[in-house]
Amino acid sequence: MALIELRGVDFSYNEMEAPALKNINLSIEAGEFVSIIGGNGSGKSTLAKLLNVLLLPSAGEVIVGGMNTFAEENWLKIRQKVGMVFQNPDNQLVATRVEDDVAFGPENLGIPSPEIRKRVDQALEAVGMDRFKDYPPHNLSGGQKQRVAIAGIIAMEPECIVLDEPTAMLDPQGRREVMDTIHYLNKEKGITIIHITHFMEETVGADRIVVMSQGSIDKIGSPLEIFREIDDLKKLGLDVPLAVEMAHELRKKGIKIPDILSINELVDSLC
Amino acid sequence: MLIELKNVSHIYDDGQVTEALRNINLTIREREFIGLVGHTGSGKSTLVQLLNGLIKPSTGTITIDGLNITEGKTSLLGIRRKIGLVFQYPEHQLFEETIYGDVAFGPRNLQLEEEEVEIRVREALELVGLDYEEFKDRSPFNLSGGQQRKVAIAGVLAMKPEVLILDEPSAGLDPQGRQQLINLLEYLYEEKGMTIILVSHRMEEIARLSNRVIVMSEGEIIFDDRPEKVFSEVERIRQLGLDLPEITEILWRLNKKGLQVRTDLFSLTEAVEEISKELRGVEPC
Repeated sequence: MALIELRGVDFSYNEMEAPALKNINLSIEAGEFVSIIGGNGSGKSTLAKLLNVLLLPSAGEVIVGGMNTFAEENWLKIRQKVGMVFQNPDNQLVATRVEDDVAFGPENLGIPSPEIRKRVDQALEAVGMDRFKDYPPHNLSGGQKQRVAIAGIIAMEPECIVLDEPTAMLDPQGRREVMDTIHYLNKEKGITIIHITHFMEETVGADRIVVMSQGSIDKIGSPLEIFREIDDLKKLGLDVPLAVEMAHELRKKGIKIPDILSINELVDSLC
Repeated sequence: MLIELKNVSHIYDDGQVTEALRNINLTIREREFIGLVGHTGSGKSTLVQLLNGLIKPSTGTITIDGLNITEGKTSLLGIRRKIGLVFQYPEHQLFEETIYGDVAFGPRNLQLEEEEVEIRVREALELVGLDYEEFKDRSPFNLSGGQQRKVAIAGVLAMKPEVLILDEPSAGLDPQGRQQLINLLEYLYEEKGMTIILVSHRMEEIARLSNRVIVMSEGEIIFDDRPEKVFSEVERIRQLGLDLPEITEILWRLNKKGLQVRTDLFSLTEAVEEISKELRGVEPC
């Protein structure tokens, strides 16, 4: 059974307005890295909030680890399984020292202190922030803050982390740090990653990409499959990574280039 | 309008002393499109706030059209009318019940007749691509994030500034929203004759739009030159923790591998033309 299943899910914020999600069917296996792309207002963030019971479907159902999100007795367990990281790092950090911030979640779960100590150390190490455990979070860069926010989630030992545009407010260095961290957690720790982004180039390392448009899933496929449909994506107001677009234009000029996704692959295939 | 900074330094002292700007000398002329780039903490945002009179420098002088704005008596309202600043995530500062009210807030503060205010609101909304009749009475809080950003920018444009400063205006926008913003900036620069200062981490935006790029690091100006000059300093740009425009990155790497392509092109069409011309001319390497 899949880790996360959405079956015929609709969601409306307000009966007067068009539904934010319409008939979503999606299953995500444990260990997958799934990127979700779509224009502003396509329903990506609403979808994310259904996964750890920040919202409940208006119709259909969401099943996480075999548990239905409608059953209130499952909520705590589901929220432990699926952690959320949001766009603005400043809104997610609450404590005055990095390690206290990371300990906040497990403390709320009533976990004994020695176990918390161990989890905090491991979580900070996993995001490469162990050196900063005594720092006040407000002295960190945006990328470092996001990594601390991610450590706070990891300390809850979730099976899945949902990240809603975690790099939108970061500079290029911070973006690289966060992307490297979530790929590491996926590959080395086996954590399922659901990553929502407007940066197309951040999705090329995903196992699957889900393309959303106007509250529905428009396409699901591997990055190669999705980015082959350049014109379709542009119609949805989306884009493809620059290297993919350049390869596409060069092919039109008669230059033979295999399927590529990154700048490295493009350069290697040309010369 | 002419903006001049002479020996400007700025120190923040909130228990711990940070020198945000060190001895900046800078002249900004009319009808420039300046791309301002630098790592987080390089001093960009401090510089931008000084230009708009939001903060005063610790030492040095800033003059706008010969008027010293660092002196106590200078009217800051006058400066802010001439120099519009679009903050990061400006939509967080929307507060009125209607979109009309929000965009009209600045012009009303200028004590303009309501008739003139209405003309300005209409113009500003149309500039950012929001239909006046459709949007004027709606609440800004029921809009998508991208539309809210447009309303916030319209609020600054309604002041009819001569200089427009934007701090990461495309952060968090989807690709379509980003493209619309780029088109707007091009229009304001080319058709409206505005001077624009764009702060962005997106080097491809900087390279495409600006005719002068200023690179900052640790409170100092490291480069101040045409984009093709600045982005030819590949090693230094990387050392500063900055990216190259992706097109430059590709051309530069191909060039290093022996393909004789120019590296000073910033448009996809030109780059594709250049690569295919070279590849046709030579044996594959």
